[in-house]
Amino acid sequence: MVSLYLDFPASAQEGGQAPPAKIYPPDAFIHIRPDGKIVIQVNRVEVGQGTHTALPMILADEMDADWSQVIAELAPAADVYKDPLIGVQWVGGSTAIANSFPQYRELGARARSMLVQTAADRWRVKPEQCRTASSIVYGPGNRSVRYSDLANEAARRPIPDKVALKNPSEFKLIGKPVRRLDGRAKCDGSHKFAIDLDLPGMLIALVARPPVFSGKVRSFDDKEARAVPGVRDVFEYPLVKGSAVAVVADKFWIAKQARDRLKVDWDLDGIEHADSSRLFAQYKELAKTPGGVALKRGDEMAIDRIPESQRMVAEFEFPYLAHAPMEPLSLAVRFDGDRAEAWVPAQLPTWEQIATAEVLGLAPEQVKFNVLFAGGSFGRRGLVDSHLVREAAAIAKRVRGRPVKLIFTREDDMRSGYYRPMFVHRVEVGIGSDGAPLAWRHVVVGQSFVKGTGVAMEAMLVKNGVDHLAVEGSSDSPYAIPNVDLTAHHPTVNVPVLSHRSVGYGHNSFVRETLIEELADRAKADPITYRLKLLNKDAYKFRAVLTLLNEKASWRTRLPAGHAVGYACSEYNNTACACAAEVSIANRRLKIHRVTVSVHCGLSVNPLTVESQFQGGIGFGLTQVMPRGAITLKEGRVEQGNFDRCTPPYIADAPADIDVHVVQSTEPPTGVGEAPVPIIAPAVVNAIYHLTGKRYRSLPLIEL
Amino acid sequence: MVRSLLLLLFCLACIVVSRSALSSNDFKGREARSDGLAAWQQVYSVLTSPRCINCHTATNYPQQGDDRHHHFANVIRGPEGNGVPGLNCVSCHQSANAESTGVPGGRNWHLAPLSMRWQDENDQPLSSAVVCHSLTDRTQNGGLNAAGLLKHNEEEPLVLWAWNPGRKQDGTMRTLPALTHAEFVAATRQWIDAGMPCPR
Amino acid sequence: MATYHLTVNGQRKEVKVDPSTPLLWVLREELKMTGTKYGCGISVCGACTVHLDGVATRSCVVPISLLGNRRIVTIEGIGSDPVGRVVQEAWVEKDVVQCGYCQSGQIMSACALLKANPKPTDANIEESMGGNLCRCAAYVRIRQAIKDASKRLA
Repeated sequence: MVSLYLDFPASAQEGGQAPPAKIYPPDAFIHIRPDGKIVIQVNRVEVGQGTHTALPMILADEMDADWSQVIAELAPAADVYKDPLIGVQWVGGSTAIANSFPQYRELGARARSMLVQTAADRWRVKPEQCRTASSIVYGPGNRSVRYSDLANEAARRPIPDKVALKNPSEFKLIGKPVRRLDGRAKCDGSHKFAIDLDLPGMLIALVARPPVFSGKVRSFDDKEARAVPGVRDVFEYPLVKGSAVAVVADKFWIAKQARDRLKVDWDLDGIEHADSSRLFAQYKELAKTPGGVALKRGDEMAIDRIPESQRMVAEFEFPYLAHAPMEPLSLAVRFDGDRAEAWVPAQLPTWEQIATAEVLGLAPEQVKFNVLFAGGSFGRRGLVDSHLVREAAAIAKRVRGRPVKLIFTREDDMRSGYYRPMFVHRVEVGIGSDGAPLAWRHVVVGQSFVKGTGVAMEAMLVKNGVDHLAVEGSSDSPYAIPNVDLTAHHPTVNVPVLSHRSVGYGHNSFVRETLIEELADRAKADPITYRLKLLNKDAYKFRAVLTLLNEKASWRTRLPAGHAVGYACSEYNNTACACAAEVSIANRRLKIHRVTVSVHCGLSVNPLTVESQFQGGIGFGLTQVMPRGAITLKEGRVEQGNFDRCTPPYIADAPADIDVHVVQSTEPPTGVGEAPVPIIAPAVVNAIYHLTGKRYRSLPLIEL
Repeated sequence: MVRSLLLLLFCLACIVVSRSALSSNDFKGREARSDGLAAWQQVYSVLTSPRCINCHTATNYPQQGDDRHHHFANVIRGPEGNGVPGLNCVSCHQSANAESTGVPGGRNWHLAPLSMRWQDENDQPLSSAVVCHSLTDRTQNGGLNAAGLLKHNEEEPLVLWAWNPGRKQDGTMRTLPALTHAEFVAATRQWIDAGMPCPR
Repeated sequence: MATYHLTVNGQRKEVKVDPSTPLLWVLREELKMTGTKYGCGISVCGACTVHLDGVATRSCVVPISLLGNRRIVTIEGIGSDPVGRVVQEAWVEKDVVQCGYCQSGQIMSACALLKANPKPTDANIEESMGGNLCRCAAYVRIRQAIKDASKRLA
């Protein structure tokens, strides 16, 4: 997910303490039904991260609502649902709780205030004589009235400017383990994802895409395709780059059979046929020369003065990664000439509504944009170029008058690009006599999904030609290294790329944490102590998590034979975390027995969510090391098409035990969706060194 | 005098006749064995083709594909060679090939028992001699005698499947063993008639 | 096109589809039962798992022509089964789901395991659930929920 900040990331979330500038109207977020149910609008798509429960918890707590009556809905695209700090409606950067915590508190508090005022007026008493609990206002002399009986009147009141928020000691929901609101429906088959959408008259579209990115249709023969009963139309339409052929039919299987019979002659001339091996070789050459400056500190020549015996050079290779959410991409659009409606599991509703309107020749307000639940995303549905809605709208425009659901098969999804880019890092470290790194010269090479796109955030993120998202983890390293020379190159490659859960930290933290542990091993120091000693003075969250880890991972001194432990720490959007992983190798297969994790995320709004995101994020982060976890290209073609060739962790690959420990804190809450992802790969690789003597710097771990 | 000569001639003739009879049997025996071994090699070439050997593993997993890679989705042998609850062979493999979805099928799809493994634990095919001995050892081959072996190769549905292995997901046919089924049966018969000889 | 009579969650249904149509898409589009999910189409992920005559089966690879008269139970109906109900309760109790897309399949596989073996070991759990993919990696709680269900069934 993308990190978008108005200020630079280091200081961004101090803003979390300031109240939002805007006053949000409660009635856009809260609807109290006559039967007592309270429907709360969530201004973020739910992709599994738990905000569908956590944000309503925040509001319901301040409102003193009866939690058992709360229903949460995903808000459609609208100005009022924009992120209060970022200014667009979006999910990304682990910002939901951080940015909307004060907002949702205020919404709940305002609603409560208006309800109390209404009751007080009715009873002709002062609001201070009333109290609230569980959707009821209680007044003096045993008086009480339900929120649902006050709602209509309360809604007509003016919205108060100021409201008092609860003292955290009064929280009834915030900070408590609360089970997910969408849990039961996801266990009984009733829950609907975007791919489950069913509308009257709906048609299904499948698309034959060019086998090389940016390819276009030269000609196609649809005679056999059209002969399949239930096929409605077959036509070419433009992609963001190149073109494709859509097959529109009554049902999925019909569309698939027709597409299988389609013969397309692709024009693949004049476009780059990207090849992973070739790219790695090119990147490694580039990494030998400095690029655009990301960070310079101290003396850039310092490293050259350090004796050879005290220097190391390390090269790292990271492949393309597919997001591969369990629910393949899908979305629906209906175009009616003067208006349209879209149903999209969108991370960026504001932009996607605009893009849909653009393709259809409408104003954004003429597009009703519904946000649906997503079966995972990891960034795949956060589209800078809005390519999905552009495609769906183009198809809907042609079909006209009926909703069309565009579905990607798993193969389409996996081959569709928008990957986490491949990266090469070259690091030279000069080691001081105390075993600490004295000088660090680091070149990062990899595509930027922001540079050159002209999007709003480009100016913020790209400085000196360096995309911050490619170097985060290195540019903001928590370690006090006096001399740093960090630069980056961003080659242009004909492979579309995108942010991927934990973005730059995914590879930068791997480089940093494997090298740091190697230095610790070299200095014969305990890896946790070594890190603590090396931390910047102001890296207090890192200090807290490493200290907590030291306490909670006491098992590390009592490992059975054939087991080893490795460590790593990382951060995302002001949440810091660290882990110790216990590992063994049997039959050349990696087995992770246990991971102990510590995290500082300020106040934990929902401890159940925090734990699940950390357990899940670590499992997700393991994909990077799985032997078949990568996407590779050969002569322009993606070599993997399904989970048989691009294989994420199954249950046996994931740690059987992951215990999560949260630093007790009353600081404002920070997000947890992405922080855990980068730590497991370096921890595991660090442990493997003790079992095999090898330091792996190239992912994935194809062979042990 | 003439009678002795005649007797001598007769004896000589007998010797000549009997000697040639001996060497003829001897020759037939060697020929039979080498024909039998040749027939066995033909049988072995089918047994070690991917369509057969993929389910005659020494490990707790089957293989798939012509490159005989470890079957996906972590499917395993299970106590009876048909997987485990939740992940049986028949969870995906139906009683006939699923042409539209690319999954091969046949009656009672399951792994051959470990006693009928034709590979080692590194997924390498066992030698012709080892497989031959395993096939002719009634404690390993499911108690089959010669007639039983012939019938098995002629009629067992999962054996027949190898010559009707269905289409893959991409629509292409799976590759067949090197012999036709009829040739396979004929080679089996020839090997059996030769006394089921095994290479040393 | 051919007509097929199915028994789904105890109810008789009639559909008219091409014989090659996978059972998954018959359930999802003909019967509008979207609880069974499409994750891969090649039986490698398990999201499409249903029970056919009690056997956990990956419906994305079973053409309707090979169904025969086997009785189908889907995620929508497993709650009527005593083991199914306990498994669903355990899943809710342990707050297993994240995005939830794989969980219909996870639950159906877990039910097959617990119906055959109400006291599975860690190894049993890992083997039976070994082919169900979860990209959110909710595996730790999946294990916990199965153990919880096992206790409740005792």
